[in-house]
Amino acid sequence: MNAIPAPLLMLENVTVDFDGFKALSDVSMMLTPGTLRILIGPNGAGKSTLCDTIIGRVRPTAGRITFKDENITQLAEQEIVRRGICRKFQTPGVLPTLTVMQNLLVAARKNRAWWRTLTTVTPADELVRAEEILEKIGLADRRGIMAADLAHGEKQWLEIGMVVATDADLLLLDEPTAGMGPQDTQRTADLILSLLGRHAVLVIDHDMSFVEALNGYTTVLHQGQILKEGSVAQVRADEQVAAVYLGRGKE
Amino acid sequence: MQESAFLLGQVFNGVSVASLFVLAALGLALSFGLMRVINMAHGEMLMLGGYLAYMTLAVVPGPLGLLVALPVAFLGAALLGAVLEFTIIHRLSARPLDTLLATWGVSLILQQAARNLFGAIGVQVIAPGWLDHTVAISSGVLGGLTLPDTRIFILLVAAIVLGAIALLLNRTRLGLYVRAVNQDRPVAAAMGVNARLVDLLVFSLGTGVAGLAGVILALLGPVTPTVGQSYIVPAFLVVILGGLGSLVGTTIASLIVGLFTALIEIFVDVSLAQVLLLVFVIVFIQFRPQGVITVRTRALEG
Amino acid sequence: MKISSRQILPAMVLLFGACAPLLINAYELSLLGRFLALSILAMGIMLIWGEGGILSLGQGVFFGLGAYALALHLKLEGLNIANGDMPDFMVWSGVSALPAFWYPFASPWFSLACIVLIPGSVAAAFSWLVFRRRIGGVYFALITQALALAFSTLLISQQAYTGGFNGLTDYSTFDGYDITSNFAARVIYWITFVLVTICYFALRWLLATRWGIMLRATRDGENRVRFLGHNPLPYKVGAFTIAGVLAGIGGALFTLHAGVVSPALVGVVPSIEMVVWVALGGRNVLWGAIAGTLLVNFAKDQISSALPSLWLYGLGALFILAVSFLPAGIAGLFRPGSPEERVVRRMLTRRKLETAE
Repeated sequence: MNAIPAPLLMLENVTVDFDGFKALSDVSMMLTPGTLRILIGPNGAGKSTLCDTIIGRVRPTAGRITFKDENITQLAEQEIVRRGICRKFQTPGVLPTLTVMQNLLVAARKNRAWWRTLTTVTPADELVRAEEILEKIGLADRRGIMAADLAHGEKQWLEIGMVVATDADLLLLDEPTAGMGPQDTQRTADLILSLLGRHAVLVIDHDMSFVEALNGYTTVLHQGQILKEGSVAQVRADEQVAAVYLGRGKE
Repeated sequence: MQESAFLLGQVFNGVSVASLFVLAALGLALSFGLMRVINMAHGEMLMLGGYLAYMTLAVVPGPLGLLVALPVAFLGAALLGAVLEFTIIHRLSARPLDTLLATWGVSLILQQAARNLFGAIGVQVIAPGWLDHTVAISSGVLGGLTLPDTRIFILLVAAIVLGAIALLLNRTRLGLYVRAVNQDRPVAAAMGVNARLVDLLVFSLGTGVAGLAGVILALLGPVTPTVGQSYIVPAFLVVILGGLGSLVGTTIASLIVGLFTALIEIFVDVSLAQVLLLVFVIVFIQFRPQGVITVRTRALEG
Repeated sequence: MKISSRQILPAMVLLFGACAPLLINAYELSLLGRFLALSILAMGIMLIWGEGGILSLGQGVFFGLGAYALALHLKLEGLNIANGDMPDFMVWSGVSALPAFWYPFASPWFSLACIVLIPGSVAAAFSWLVFRRRIGGVYFALITQALALAFSTLLISQQAYTGGFNGLTDYSTFDGYDITSNFAARVIYWITFVLVTICYFALRWLLATRWGIMLRATRDGENRVRFLGHNPLPYKVGAFTIAGVLAGIGGALFTLHAGVVSPALVGVVPSIEMVVWVALGGRNVLWGAIAGTLLVNFAKDQISSALPSLWLYGLGALFILAVSFLPAGIAGLFRPGSPEERVVRRMLTRRKLETAE
């Protein structure tokens, strides 16, 4: 008998209303620890809003978000992050005048109390963790470079690295391959797959080749509602999805 | 004098001060919404308007001099604004805090130039005869209430300017462009809107309106090199309270600041009123950090 | 220990600073002391503006709070308060009794503590109230300017309690020691010099800590920091408080050197002038803040006495030119392409990020 794993994140009937425009209506979703979920949908479908809502940037008009059995619907952003959810934004959100290593160390700080920062010494475990991630994202030889001087793709990786460095249980990655070539896209997919198990990952993307490389359980969002859920192949074969996703149904 | 009349007189004073603030703050708010920069030399546009009124009245004496002075001050200040925008503000527009400092430098230079040209003491503009009356109510509940013509004139000018700008923003093509750039600069530019030109026009429009306010200031007191400074800090507070580049927000915020100042001055002296105004602003932003009018966006990314 | 060539210049500067009372005349020494006192304040501006991205146009307020905290005591020196003695200006204003808030300042130790505590707590409370609602950038600069205006007009209007427009002047002793002699001037200079040195090294340490990194991270992307689970508020409020304390210390020392404090030193115009010292010297380099302060103030002393109107034109031009063409200041000239210079350039092209926040 297979035990049903306890859910990590649960969205129950979440609705977001921007002055009459329903960005999300009645969305329910469940993520289990250590697994991958892919979120696709045409422009304006509400993918980024969904991320914003989970992370506390946007407050739902109705519905409830539960993370590790705790209701986080109304928590402050940094409190949600401290519970173990971290997000990568669409436009690279690295800290431009800090070095690559400093960026990772800011993210890797375990004790986030400000008075613990009055020291020049970095705890060894945080250094080890940052080094590990530096290797993983392939920026080991660029550790001393100012983040602003990285190429666009490298910035994307650095931000993924920062999100991973927080050691959050749930990572939200919003268009991690935006602006990348095919080769880099493949590397990003490999990177994400290597994170599973330790972290649950929710990926938003447009790029079907990337989605296929990830090949995980996929949710299709359309006009703020869930249109279809299933494996990439199932979603791909669905006619309704094809209709909205391949342009015919676009606004 | 009856208390209700006194109170109403003070309210009227507040509204007329508010209409000065609205004229002074309008340009600041519009360009702030558009370019996210504040022109610290905006107060000197008021000063320039005042001196231009003084000079116009010297050339065109008589009752109609003031009506000539208004367009002269508008154009003069708008022209100086255009030069300022073109030479300094545009160059620095990606750096809002540096723009603040650079335009402060401009403000120092303009003040000193005025001191060298007109003297530190200031010049007096005599209000024309047709503004030299007072509407007085002698009986009834409001007995003793006096409304000087100049104050009514200020209200009128402010109302006309507000109306004209509202029309401009809502009914003309330029207004459409302004709103487009306000909402999304890159997209507007991609659609063929000349955002550069929109910036320049709105900025000089704003300084022109400040020039008009300068003419009105000249009717109320002497024009000195630092006359703009005394009005500009409340105008900055109006921008903070008003919310991003909103005409309605700026008007409401001006009324709030004007009425607050006028009414609080019943109880405390002017300097304490200034302190209390600042306290009020800080308390206000605790509740509405986005200002009176909140510009809601879908804020998908950023 | 080997002394590298990089250490020779700083060592010489320190040596000159320490020996200055023996090398230059009394007038020059008094100017140098005054300007070094101001440079403590300037280092605070470097901390909040250069490292924290927070522009304050109201540092004069904290300068004034420190200065008045000391001046209140200096005015009470030698008076028999129990006997009903009052400072001269109060007698002239017709005040009948010493106001209650003056009493504790009769104690030199209370006064010294207030130099740090009053500016520090006002800066902390003010910045907390504003930053907690996520108001920053241009808005914050404008609110601090309103603070400077309110503070200076209040000082002027409360003539009977603050000395009004003329401020507080005419001091003779501190805790019984004569502070007007030549010897006292040297001692005050040395105290100033030591404090400048201590502040310099303390700030260098602070900026090297993880706290310094977090402050820069907050400047770079407040939202990013927040979404990494950190609360940016303590770093911003902390930096602003430290800058307030430094301004207060600078103000008190300045008052000792100059023998006067008045509203003209703390209002809107002097507050914004303080920023240009740092803009010219270099907003991301500590020694740049000190160098800029000395340079602008010595220039002002030279030019403004001879050609006052020229000075104002020059100051105006300095504002425009420094921020337009020399964003990293003089310190940036010494290291073109240095991280500091590129930091500034990077900060300046962050429009998108800033407007998004």
